[in-house]
Amino acid sequence: MTRAAAPRRRSLHPVAWWLWAAGLAICAMRTNNPFLLALIGVVACVVVSARRSSAPWSRSITFFLRLGLLVIAIRIVIEILFGQRGVPGHVLFTLPRVPLPSWAAAVSIGGPVTLESILDAFVLGLQLAVILLCFGAANSLASPYRLLRSLPAVLYETGVAVTVALSFTPELVQSIGLVRQARRQRGIPIKGLRGMRGVAVPVLESALDRSLQLATSMDARGYGRRVAVGMTSRRLAGGATLGGLLLLAAGIYGVIDGGSLFGLGLPILAAAAVLCGVGLAVGGRRTARSRYRPDPWRQPEWIVAGSGLTALAAISVAGALDVPGLTISFSPLAFPSIPLLPVVGILIALVPAVAAPNPMASPTTLPRAQGGSETDGPRSREPGEQRRPVQPDLSGVST
Amino acid sequence: MITFDQVSFTYTEAHRPTLQRVSLDIPEGELCVVVGETGTGKSTLLRAINGLVPHFSGGTLAGTVTVDGRTTRDNRPRDLADVVGFVGQNPLASFVTETVEDELAYTMENLGVAADAMRRRVEDAIDLLGLQDLRDRSLRALSGGQQQRVAIGAVLTASPRLLVLDEPTSALDPAAAEEVLSALARLVHDLGLTVVMAEHRLERVVPFADRIILVPGDGAPLVVGRPEVVMQSSSVAPPLVELGRLVGWQPLPLSVRDARRKAAPLRERLAPIAPPQRSAPLVATEGRREAASARKLTVSYGPVVALDGVDLTIMPGEVLALMGRNGSGKSTLLNTLSGVRRPTRGAVDLDGRDPQSLRAADLVHHVGLVPQDPGLLLYGESVRAECQTADKASGLPPGTTMRTLDRVLPGMPADRHPRDLSEGQRLALALAIVVAPSPALLLLDEPTRGLDYPSKDRLIGVLRELAGDGHAVVLATHDVELAARVADRAVVLADGQIITDGPARRVVCHSPIFAPQVSKVLAPEEWLTVEEVRLALEDAVPL
Repeated sequence: MTRAAAPRRRSLHPVAWWLWAAGLAICAMRTNNPFLLALIGVVACVVVSARRSSAPWSRSITFFLRLGLLVIAIRIVIEILFGQRGVPGHVLFTLPRVPLPSWAAAVSIGGPVTLESILDAFVLGLQLAVILLCFGAANSLASPYRLLRSLPAVLYETGVAVTVALSFTPELVQSIGLVRQARRQRGIPIKGLRGMRGVAVPVLESALDRSLQLATSMDARGYGRRVAVGMTSRRLAGGATLGGLLLLAAGIYGVIDGGSLFGLGLPILAAAAVLCGVGLAVGGRRTARSRYRPDPWRQPEWIVAGSGLTALAAISVAGALDVPGLTISFSPLAFPSIPLLPVVGILIALVPAVAAPNPMASPTTLPRAQGGSETDGPRSREPGEQRRPVQPDLSGVST
Repeated sequence: MITFDQVSFTYTEAHRPTLQRVSLDIPEGELCVVVGETGTGKSTLLRAINGLVPHFSGGTLAGTVTVDGRTTRDNRPRDLADVVGFVGQNPLASFVTETVEDELAYTMENLGVAADAMRRRVEDAIDLLGLQDLRDRSLRALSGGQQQRVAIGAVLTASPRLLVLDEPTSALDPAAAEEVLSALARLVHDLGLTVVMAEHRLERVVPFADRIILVPGDGAPLVVGRPEVVMQSSSVAPPLVELGRLVGWQPLPLSVRDARRKAAPLRERLAPIAPPQRSAPLVATEGRREAASARKLTVSYGPVVALDGVDLTIMPGEVLALMGRNGSGKSTLLNTLSGVRRPTRGAVDLDGRDPQSLRAADLVHHVGLVPQDPGLLLYGESVRAECQTADKASGLPPGTTMRTLDRVLPGMPADRHPRDLSEGQRLALALAIVVAPSPALLLLDEPTRGLDYPSKDRLIGVLRELAGDGHAVVLATHDVELAARVADRAVVLADGQIITDGPARRVVCHSPIFAPQVSKVLAPEEWLTVEEVRLALEDAVPL
């Protein structure tokens, strides 16, 4: 018997990418050295550009990049307008003061703006931007669908709901395009309030139709089948989950506020994790689901997750050793030093750019030779075109 | 395998029961085709098999439906998922996951099938349905035929004993439909699966059927029996059967092969008669201005070229059938002619104007397009409101659209919401809206999807009438029987290029895929429809 010879495209376990990204993000929280922060950002971008697939979500890094730049800009503008005054430094320019009533004395608008305060604001903005970028990198590298598949069985049905919602958005956009086209056909305006209503009603109607059809299909295909389990088991699952969540809240409080709860924060957190685990496992017995080809956790996964955690470890060690340059101050104004250990650690996080399997290497990503499908618009998207988020083609719509 | 025992079903708020005292017994290993006009309850019957009716639809069900020894009273659809595989009308709307392989495994995951068995069954389904090259592909990027095969595969992997399909070939071109049906026939013959499906295009499915279930509607009892028996008196019948009834062949032939064996005397009788000339000879149109023309039309979506240098001239009063497989560029050509899509290169000439330069309100007087889903054009609260909006939008005197509608389909309920109309009524309404401003060029995209035979007959009458009034009509269609009955001229597209352009009779009779059943039986003579043969026989000297 002939089996398909083409190897399945190997994509890295999504959890590995998220661990890697989390490692980098926590690194960014631990330092305010602009050079280290910039290095983290560059590392994330390089890995993404080397190992992202052609899937629609792979473009999300650009969105996060823009969001980061916006954050920096906003942070600086706010500092210029409302920044703290009276700190000595190199005055760049002075804004006219706006007199405020006495009850708003804590806020001041205008006044001398110093280089130091702007640098501080820039670094704080940069830190937030880099954290966002790490999040965006994980989004671009790991398929949200495959990440949902790694959820524990109890949460499976919630996961499916999210999956369905994710796939509905592009269809909604496509359907808006079709309706607008059809209305232009009838010579009916598509702008203004009436036009909006005319587009929205058929789009919502067809979305509703489609969700009913999908629900029918899911029910007919066994979604939500339950295995009969005893009352004890159900009570155990509910009790363990509830207790675990309560302990989790208490534990976090204990960890943040070291003085309370007699320093028992960490042990309580550990107990909470165990209880939650028990709850999920027992609750999972109610669904008889099995999993088709779960993502394996092999060497590349260890390397990717490990590289991110190594970077984190390097920064933590540097922090514990009080290595100069990890947290810096711009008053007095000085060029920040670049500590060696964190730099080496962050550079190790570059390894996935080579070590992770390349999702674009598979022959299945080649564009189809034949024409698109029958309907026009996004449904006939070809793999090459999928890089762009779905857009209705409105080229024929006159303004 | 399936037993209906005195089953009656009434939808909530319905006045009459949809199914009334239905008793039915379908044994294992049969391919059953459920036929009947629209709205007679075919889908309800199919959905009752796995309990979607009434568990999902609401309504009241009396009697018992038993599948493989389990009643739908005690088992919800999800509990029957391991016995019944259900494939709905629109495969795209039924997909839960993102890629082909995950979709194939989805039902098994729900059933808790062991990992190694899942792996094996997915591979088997891939081989059985020819999905090797698609396994990693996104479901949304597949063609209609591929999607339908994946939808069948996705229920097949759960190894059900029974497959239920609601119009599995309605969106498919003739070749893709053949592909899906032969896959189903193979499942019945090789694996002993029981298949129950509803279908409007009987010419496609009747040759495969072991048994026909005719749903006459209006609470009349079902007619169940072998195809050649049921077809003898069925209100819906493929052209082959109508030809057989006309000539009096016994038993009725159901496949072209059977009919051809019997047709030698008929061919002899028809040999001296020339088939009627339908297409207006092109000489006669000389001096008349063409209704529309396209010059070197090229349209591309990113790297994909959908239309590749198409030259086409359409004369007034002509009915042109645009044919070709799914994805050959038919819809794109219609959209470009109607001004919805801007050509990448080349130009469209609508009676001396470029559709791109016209305002929407003026465009409707020159060209009208009825889209694949006529519901897209409709958004009003009632048929009357819809017509009033149309009058206003195209600057027509009030009442014009309503009068047009009355001509297209008399007796439309004016207060009904467009969503509650039948498929045929919806098409009539959309057609009336598009035709009312009297555009020189009328375009229809796949107009017979989901239409039963009576609605199709009416559509053909309306289109011929419009052509008689001097409209140029272009219809993109997979329905070869429709093209054979209505078209003067046929154009075949492949990969965005015109590969054939000529009189419909010549084009369809000489294509093994696009030939209608009558022409396959009577080849080499170029007869297209039963009606032509009937008229010829009436005139012919009796032997």
